[in-house]
Amino acid sequence: MSGATSSRSFARSNNLYGWLFISLAVILLAAFLLYPIIYSLYLSTTSSKGVVQKFVGFNNYIRLVKDPMFLLALKNTFILFLIQVPIMLFLALILASILNDKTIKFRGLFRTGIFLPAVTSLVAYTILFKMMFALDGIVNTALMKLHIIQEPIPWLLDPFWSKVTMIIALTWRWTGYNMIFYLSGLQNISDEIYEASEIDGASKIQQFLYITIPILKPLIVFTSIMSTIGTLQLFDEPMNLAQAGVTSATTGPGNSLLTLSVYIYNLCFKYMPDFGYAATVSYVIVFIVAILTVIQFKVAGDNN
Amino acid sequence: MIVGMTNKSVDVIKGKMTFGNQLIDNLTTLFTSYDMTGILLNSIKISALTVIGTLIVSSMAAYGFQIHTSPAREKIYNVMLLSMMIPFAALMIPLFRLIVKFGLLNKHSGLILTSIASVFIIFFFRQSSKSFPLEIIQAARVDGAGEFRIFFTIFMPSMKSTYAAAAIYSFMTSWNAYLWPLIVLQTDEKKTVTLLISSMSSAYTPQYGVIMTAIVIATLPIIIVFFTFQKHFVQGMLGSIKQ
Repeated sequence: MSGATSSRSFARSNNLYGWLFISLAVILLAAFLLYPIIYSLYLSTTSSKGVVQKFVGFNNYIRLVKDPMFLLALKNTFILFLIQVPIMLFLALILASILNDKTIKFRGLFRTGIFLPAVTSLVAYTILFKMMFALDGIVNTALMKLHIIQEPIPWLLDPFWSKVTMIIALTWRWTGYNMIFYLSGLQNISDEIYEASEIDGASKIQQFLYITIPILKPLIVFTSIMSTIGTLQLFDEPMNLAQAGVTSATTGPGNSLLTLSVYIYNLCFKYMPDFGYAATVSYVIVFIVAILTVIQFKVAGDNN
Repeated sequence: MIVGMTNKSVDVIKGKMTFGNQLIDNLTTLFTSYDMTGILLNSIKISALTVIGTLIVSSMAAYGFQIHTSPAREKIYNVMLLSMMIPFAALMIPLFRLIVKFGLLNKHSGLILTSIASVFIIFFFRQSSKSFPLEIIQAARVDGAGEFRIFFTIFMPSMKSTYAAAAIYSFMTSWNAYLWPLIVLQTDEKKTVTLLISSMSSAYTPQYGVIMTAIVIATLPIIIVFFTFQKHFVQGMLGSIKQ
């Protein structure tokens, strides 16, 4: 039948042109994504001091365990990850379910206001936070005027407080971003479910725990994976929040803001360049992301 | 922020909340001590070219994935999605060596070329074009339209709001990028606004009033773009996620 032949030739020409259309993206991605991924895996087994590069097998991975700077960076990154991500996602969930309530006035305004930080430049907002949290900055001034504290808090001069500042800054920047994902998920839940549960006598908290969270579970997994990846490659914030930025010897007081990505940067461009070892550290991030992703999927009980 | 722009460095730190009279001074310093005009032009050039490149390459790929799917192509798509999980840090070193080898170090083209292909934007376009009816393409072909004509005159116009959202997203990413430009662009006259702000604040005696002015100038385009296309942006984002 002529219909069948025309649809077959349609499929064939579709196929040819389909390849043609994706080829540009595939070539670019192969060159600037796939090749680097594989090449850095190879690099991680070499040691390169200056221009000499030699194969060292797993020595780089063994060196990691004994490297105090690496262990510090790993610890810092994990502290940030374990504290900041849950706070942020929980806050985003709560804000999303509040702002999904149709009875609230100026809903759009609040949504935009909370989302707005997510469009600001990482560098710009970090520098603003650095100014606000300076020893004689606006935050200390305000807290002292309100008589909450007597002495100014050394926000950026103390290893503990500098991490607190970083957590506050990260939460400010990313909560709205995650909230948008949850809001989009909530729009798929019909109001009737909430109304029905209200008739059954469910409180707002029960609704949140037994309706909102289970329905949003896929999105919660998605955002927590994205946040994991984001936290593990934190670079802009620690680099700019630390007192003297790029030029300083340490990142934050006592290297308290040294993250894995900053360490990789230091290994490549600040110390004697050792690309092989830096690649090893970067693959550690890949492994951690992979492991954490699997765990998050398992916890969520999602088999896909 | 806007108040800070008009004040002296000392007052900015203290969080003075009234307008000062330093705006002109700060602006003059910004445009004379630093090559602000050139740097702004750098940022605009890089972002504009990256956005145009990304939109064309990614939407073409999404269209290609859309009009016909073969198992091989599905596999490529899945590998792409998987690669979104790889942190940039792992790509940074080989990418750096690659552009050194091609002589693109400290060149804007090196930065643009490596940023054009974005898996996220391809994913974004594909999700949004799932509802695009194949019958229209078939009909257009029967009428004798070439494949590229179909793409440019039928597919592109019908996906306007997706293009708008993708444009904002990639503009924001490119305008705010820090780590990769920091590595690629090594001399001052090549730098972007984001890099300038960062290096200004790490000076020994940072002039906060001037920095504030620079931050406002750097943030303004994004805020304007965001508010202009806000509807498209949020709708576009939501549309792609709902799948």
